[in-house]
Amino acid sequence: MIPFDYRRAGDAETAVAAVAGNPGAAFLGGGTNLVDHMKLGVAEPDLLVDVTRLPFDSVDPLPGGGLRIGAGVRNSDLAADERVRTRYPVLAEALLSGASGQLRNLATTGGNLLQRTRCGYFQDVTTPCNKRRPGEGCSAREGYHRYHAILGASPHCVAVHPSDLAVALTALDAVVRVRGPRDGHGERAIPAAELHRLPGEHPEWDTVLGHGDLITAVDLPPLPMAARSRYRKVRDRASYAFALVSVAAAVELTGDVIGDVRIALGGVAHKPWRATLAEAALRGRPPDRAEFRAAAEAELADAQPLRDNRFKVPMARNTIVSVLAGLTGEEPR
Amino acid sequence: MTGLLRPSAVGRSPVRVDGPAKVTGRAPYAYEQPVREPAYVHPVQATIARGRVTAIHTGAALALDGVLTVLTPENAPHLERGIDPELEILQSPDVAFRGQLVGAVVAETPEVARQAAGLVRIEYERAEHDCVFSADRTDLYRPEVVNPSLPTDTSDGDVGTALRDAERTVVATYTTAMTHNNPMEPHTTVAVWDDDGLTLYDSTQGVHAMRESVAPVLGLDPGVVRVVAPYVGGGFGSKGTAHAHLVLAALAAKRTAGRPVKLALTRQQMFSLVGYRTPTVQRVGLGADPDGRLTALSVDVVEQTARIKEFAEQTGVPARKVYAAPNRRTTHRLAALDVPVPSWMRAPGECPGMFGPEVAMDELAQACDIDPVELRIRNEPETDPETGLPFSSRDLVGCLREGADRFGWRRRDPRPRARLEDGWWVGTGVASSTYPVHASPGTTATVRISPDGRYEVLIGAVDIGTGAWTALTQIAADALGVPAEDVHLHIGDTDLPEAPVAGGSSGTTNWGSAIVAAARSFREKYGPDAGPGDEHTASTAENPFAQRYAMRAFGAQFAEVRVHADTGEIRVPRLLGVFAAGRIVNPRTARSQLTGGMTMGLSMALHEESVFDDRFGFVVNHDLAEYHIATCADVRSVEAYWRDEHDPYVNPMGTKGIGEIGIVGTAAAIANAAHHATGARVRDLPMTPDKFCE
Repeated sequence: MIPFDYRRAGDAETAVAAVAGNPGAAFLGGGTNLVDHMKLGVAEPDLLVDVTRLPFDSVDPLPGGGLRIGAGVRNSDLAADERVRTRYPVLAEALLSGASGQLRNLATTGGNLLQRTRCGYFQDVTTPCNKRRPGEGCSAREGYHRYHAILGASPHCVAVHPSDLAVALTALDAVVRVRGPRDGHGERAIPAAELHRLPGEHPEWDTVLGHGDLITAVDLPPLPMAARSRYRKVRDRASYAFALVSVAAAVELTGDVIGDVRIALGGVAHKPWRATLAEAALRGRPPDRAEFRAAAEAELADAQPLRDNRFKVPMARNTIVSVLAGLTGEEPR
Repeated sequence: MTGLLRPSAVGRSPVRVDGPAKVTGRAPYAYEQPVREPAYVHPVQATIARGRVTAIHTGAALALDGVLTVLTPENAPHLERGIDPELEILQSPDVAFRGQLVGAVVAETPEVARQAAGLVRIEYERAEHDCVFSADRTDLYRPEVVNPSLPTDTSDGDVGTALRDAERTVVATYTTAMTHNNPMEPHTTVAVWDDDGLTLYDSTQGVHAMRESVAPVLGLDPGVVRVVAPYVGGGFGSKGTAHAHLVLAALAAKRTAGRPVKLALTRQQMFSLVGYRTPTVQRVGLGADPDGRLTALSVDVVEQTARIKEFAEQTGVPARKVYAAPNRRTTHRLAALDVPVPSWMRAPGECPGMFGPEVAMDELAQACDIDPVELRIRNEPETDPETGLPFSSRDLVGCLREGADRFGWRRRDPRPRARLEDGWWVGTGVASSTYPVHASPGTTATVRISPDGRYEVLIGAVDIGTGAWTALTQIAADALGVPAEDVHLHIGDTDLPEAPVAGGSSGTTNWGSAIVAAARSFREKYGPDAGPGDEHTASTAENPFAQRYAMRAFGAQFAEVRVHADTGEIRVPRLLGVFAAGRIVNPRTARSQLTGGMTMGLSMALHEESVFDDRFGFVVNHDLAEYHIATCADVRSVEAYWRDEHDPYVNPMGTKGIGEIGIVGTAAAIANAAHHATGARVRDLPMTPDKFCE
């Protein structure tokens, strides 16, 4: 860790200006990922602008029935919010499946979305990594990649995004509100599904945000079908592990068929993966295991697993089936 | 032997002597030892797996405010060579494994030391390295002995012919993963030089053992080295032998003009500097008649060691001891690689070595259509299969039967993949456990009466969290015939009488025996009316029964496993073990040792794997977020019971050791239960969900 300056921001405008004006500056939320990276040498900011005292610490109703989640709301508080638990259970479940109680008490909504990949090579500065140092090469592609991507990867990077919250937000069509140096006094809105990006030629960019862009809130749309939603995280141990695959889903039955469905996958790509192909395949179809499986297979048809993570394809397929079966009252097999 | 100690305090469960100090934060661990004006040292590690340092640039580090000195192979104090290559640090530019110490920064604060370590720039001449562990290598070699000094290979009868002729056979390959000990407290040392010599406050399993290792390398008479370790936060073997950081702290403190130097390894550094369990490949052959009576048993083991220092894990050894079979063979072969030095990890040999054979026994039970508990009972030997000696006591059969009763084994439907509950396949499995009784003659203790009339008991034992503070107090009380409150125990210091490591499940055996010897001779000398100032020291003698009896603890472990039918996730809702380990000194701390061992066995079965990238020569998942140890959520019901066992031959307390047997057999019981649940036979650890997801 190298010495750095610390400043506590009094308002969003000052915070954005402070970071935007210094290429070595970073926002500090809960610090559960950034401080780790500073110890490891992965991040070496010379200025931390603490945004946890900004007035973004509440969950408020939106006109029309949605909710606005302040970027500073702690993961534990958000998961415990009664409105979230009853109207968007997928979100509460996703939060509670992440990290540990202590980390969730500290981690913020905005920081959770901006956590970086857990790829072991990314986190060890003695090994090549295109995400850390573009052009060095990817150590994971031929190395340890059990946790890595099966969808949307590039020759430059096969990392996955580790957030559970982001997967749920993607399924819910949430919108991320951002205030940046070019936004004046206003904010811009980015659909959660478009916040993170695929690695392509630039794996060093996790998201579409620029330097100095500050997440201020996440808006949840009113989505009655989300009352019947679920987050299922498959991992190597029962707690405190990142997803091998995860599924966020909501289903609405219309009569005997699926009226609407939302599915997003975690642990499979550089971003939360909205399963639009599976969704399209399911609308209007009867809710049974054969249909779920066919839809999941359609989504995963283009999967390109690596040498040691081929298991993720059947695991993702089966987890989609399992979650949809649970949501639609199908008996477990 | 003058008969077993008459138990009064022994057998009860007093609260831990050290408990109040620990829970109130007043028990000083090594790093917390108050010393004046400490400096701090942070290691610099090699980033190549083989080669040599050609240049080391320390200017940027030295320019940093607060940096006192940078140690390099060019300027480090001289060490004696040819004693222990792991400890002879910074004496040459050669790099033998990635992560090896190639320098260190000493600074006013740990933060500055760490920052400066990152500024040390090293140029290397790389040599081609070889870190590829495989049983198919053509350069495997046969070590002279296996840990600690056991025969490398054994052979009785003709296994090949017997396997060929057997009516039922199982021949299969089983593997266990590279794993790291990961005690909660990292390895820490505080080194202080003064006119009298060197004092090391160290997080260690053995104060005298550290002194014996480190003194000759430093060119010192052991008498001028003092090692102190009153409280230690776990070791699991990784603090049982000296590692490089201990020498580094001593070297660094040579350059601080008398200022003490503190060193705490980071979790990441522990993955290359303090030992680990080798991966193992176990080729197991079992031959039996249709009734399941073994006619042949072979275990051929391949594992790795470091090119700079050999450690040969005795994985094939337990198979020499557990079941009867007229034709038997065990072998060990090693691959010497450019890797960090492997070492002891809880139950070396026994722990991995009871995985392959105990899963093979389950496969044999299936092949013979015999209940796996019954199969083990049918192969109970009358005497030690290896030596022919009678066992001083052995109650594996009792453990199996009592465990089966307690677990509800009789209700078991033997068919695999027969129970599906709420989307989870459910199954149960069993495996045997065993661990040897180790003893180190020459362990010494002193008993004296202090001016205030209390009995002081002095011995250089170390409590690594096991409960030794408490158990030894109980033993001393009974040996002296006084209440435990009247005993004041002193441990954890080389200024105390010489004692061996907390290792090999032998702490209570060795230290307790020495305390009993000292107490008995103290009473003989001074009678019941001893007074202040009376003092006596005694050492343990060779146990005359050691040549006449085989001495081992045994146990049986039962597991219930659930495997999710869709995702392959595996859970262990229930573990139950029954052990025959001689007399139990303190049921409270003993249960904690046994359930702790079983928990670590569960962790080994489902989670633990140091993922080694042989291109770089390092463990990729080198932190506790990525190296998975079982969490509380993974560990549901864990029950440990023990049989009353009267063994007058092992030692005056009748104890056999309980620190390690709990981890032995757990993984096999879980693997066997997973097979019963799903029908899938997993022979490779850890059993992660992908192995059951189809």
